[in-house]
Amino acid sequence: MTTTTEPETGRFGEFGGRYVPETLIKALNEVSAAYREASQDPTFQAEFRALSADFVGRPTPLYHAKRLGEAAGNPQLWLKREDLNHTGAHKINNTIGQALLARRMGKKRIIAETGAGQHGVATATACALFDLECVVYMGEEDVGRQALNVYRMQLLGADVRAVTSGTRTLKDATNEAIRDWVTHVDSTHYIIGSVVGPDPFPRMVRDFQSIIGQEARAQSLDRIGCLPASVVACVGGGSNAMGMFHAFVPDEDVELVGVEAGGSGIESGRHSASLVAGTPGVLHGSLSYLLQDSDGQVAPAHSVSAGLDYPGVGPEHSFLKDAGRARYTFVTDEQALRAFHKLSELEGIIPALETAHAIAHVLEEGGQVDGPILICLSGRGDKDVSHVAQLEGRGLLI
Amino acid sequence: MISSVLAALRDDRRAALIPYVTAGHPSADSTVAVLNALADSGADIIELGIPFSDPLADGPTIQQSSFRSLVNGTTVESVLGDLKRFRSERDTPVVIFTYLNPVLRYGVDVFLADAAEAGANGLLLTDVPLGADPELERAVAASPLDFIRLVAPTTEGERVPGIAEAGSGFLYYISRTGVTGARSELRRDLAAEVESLRATVGLPVAVGFGISTPEQAREIGAVADGVVVGSALVRIMEEEGVEAGARFVAELRATLDG
Repeated sequence: MTTTTEPETGRFGEFGGRYVPETLIKALNEVSAAYREASQDPTFQAEFRALSADFVGRPTPLYHAKRLGEAAGNPQLWLKREDLNHTGAHKINNTIGQALLARRMGKKRIIAETGAGQHGVATATACALFDLECVVYMGEEDVGRQALNVYRMQLLGADVRAVTSGTRTLKDATNEAIRDWVTHVDSTHYIIGSVVGPDPFPRMVRDFQSIIGQEARAQSLDRIGCLPASVVACVGGGSNAMGMFHAFVPDEDVELVGVEAGGSGIESGRHSASLVAGTPGVLHGSLSYLLQDSDGQVAPAHSVSAGLDYPGVGPEHSFLKDAGRARYTFVTDEQALRAFHKLSELEGIIPALETAHAIAHVLEEGGQVDGPILICLSGRGDKDVSHVAQLEGRGLLI
Repeated sequence: MISSVLAALRDDRRAALIPYVTAGHPSADSTVAVLNALADSGADIIELGIPFSDPLADGPTIQQSSFRSLVNGTTVESVLGDLKRFRSERDTPVVIFTYLNPVLRYGVDVFLADAAEAGANGLLLTDVPLGADPELERAVAASPLDFIRLVAPTTEGERVPGIAEAGSGFLYYISRTGVTGARSELRRDLAAEVESLRATVGLPVAVGFGISTPEQAREIGAVADGVVVGSALVRIMEEEGVEAGARFVAELRATLDG
């Protein structure tokens, strides 16, 4: 398996595609063409690399988490520190790339959806940097549980719009962003925050995020002296996981593990584990695994982590699952919360609740892996501190 | 059926009135009564929406009617059942308007067969543009249902002949970029765009999205083969009930013919 991308058809095997209103076809063609040109333009690539270094802070370190390893029963746990990026998560890799592309396309207005607020903050940051108007759609429920990020986006000059339709979370924020794009398609570029949506977004976001895996792979060879036995990342839409996995896909001996949000448990029905428990369907422009009922209505997702609270998943993950190249599993809210504490106490790193899912999985199963494990530490947990304190009965901190 | 209705109207130099309603709205058991009322008030073709949980091509009015309908327990099966009952009473052609996922989940081939058997005459899938899914598009085209395709103001000229070729019944021209929903004004270029489209394609052209008043309907009816009125009607049904909706349709009919 050398490539999983089919730019000509926009599909990964049967998954992906462009299931969108006709109004958006021209815009998708334009983004595809602009992206194709930009990928071949050394000036664009150089500017992206320079900003990644000077503004984002790349490369991010690979950190040997010894105390966590002791707790997990595997002395070789390595963390790819995406939490050390500017704005505190991997999301900025993509927003810088897409903002550069928007500028190249002459678009002055940017829209984005956000769940945990990390993508919203990263988009608002890129828009401030490039002097672009920025509108961020965020589910009303998430506005409540991620108040700190809402204020950060506003500080950065973004217009944060609370979405009150449907389940009032990431899914509905995405619906609203697509409606905005359909309406203002001539002036606006939509910076989708994950490897979801219609082609070319899943492959374009994957490419902008693939720096994570490229660095981590080289760092593994350099620091550990070999490739990891297992690469672990949390999966909501799946952008940090796809960015991490991509460089390792051809390394067939490296196990790829995506950890979904099991919420209150799969059998409870309150979870966000689309790959573990969903069936293929069409949402937000592409065919992929989806949580849905027997009538094809999208089922509400649930997770303690707003960034994983999404009933769909990127189509390339669906492809990797069905091809047997990646394995997808889940941990519950409770396990993730325990891991949130554990990493804080053992390593002095407060992870995002999303990331805590990957940590929780390694705490459960890391001992069974014969060889080094590489974990994508996709984001830091400052944004979650108040929410977790509230869940633990300490009241709102801010 | 759709073609012959439109051909007869064209001979009469009248524009078709095509109201849209969401099945299972305003109440769970209102669909047959609503369809009958539309037929009796002068609808030439009816667009019947099967609600979807994530209607991303729709504005607030149809989002809300879809949401209420789902809360009312509407399913693909219940809509086809209602359609069958309506069909036993009236001949007015019905186009099913929906999103792909409920159809996928039901099973494309079974859906096409069951919809035709229930008396549907056409199918419009908002999120299946030309070329999105060739196998699926071939299946719809091979079914007894007319495949209603959409052209948007942003559609590039070279795409139009292919869309028209792949469609049947009529071509649906989206009056403006954006989602469904009432607007106070129509775009100035709209009439010219519709005329140019009609001259290019071999199918009748109906115009929808944002047409909300009898005056707007008359303006569009003067240049198009059909006028779709959705959100404005759904809102009246929601706020004032089915009879008020029927009166609104009758008023549109009178204005279009006047």
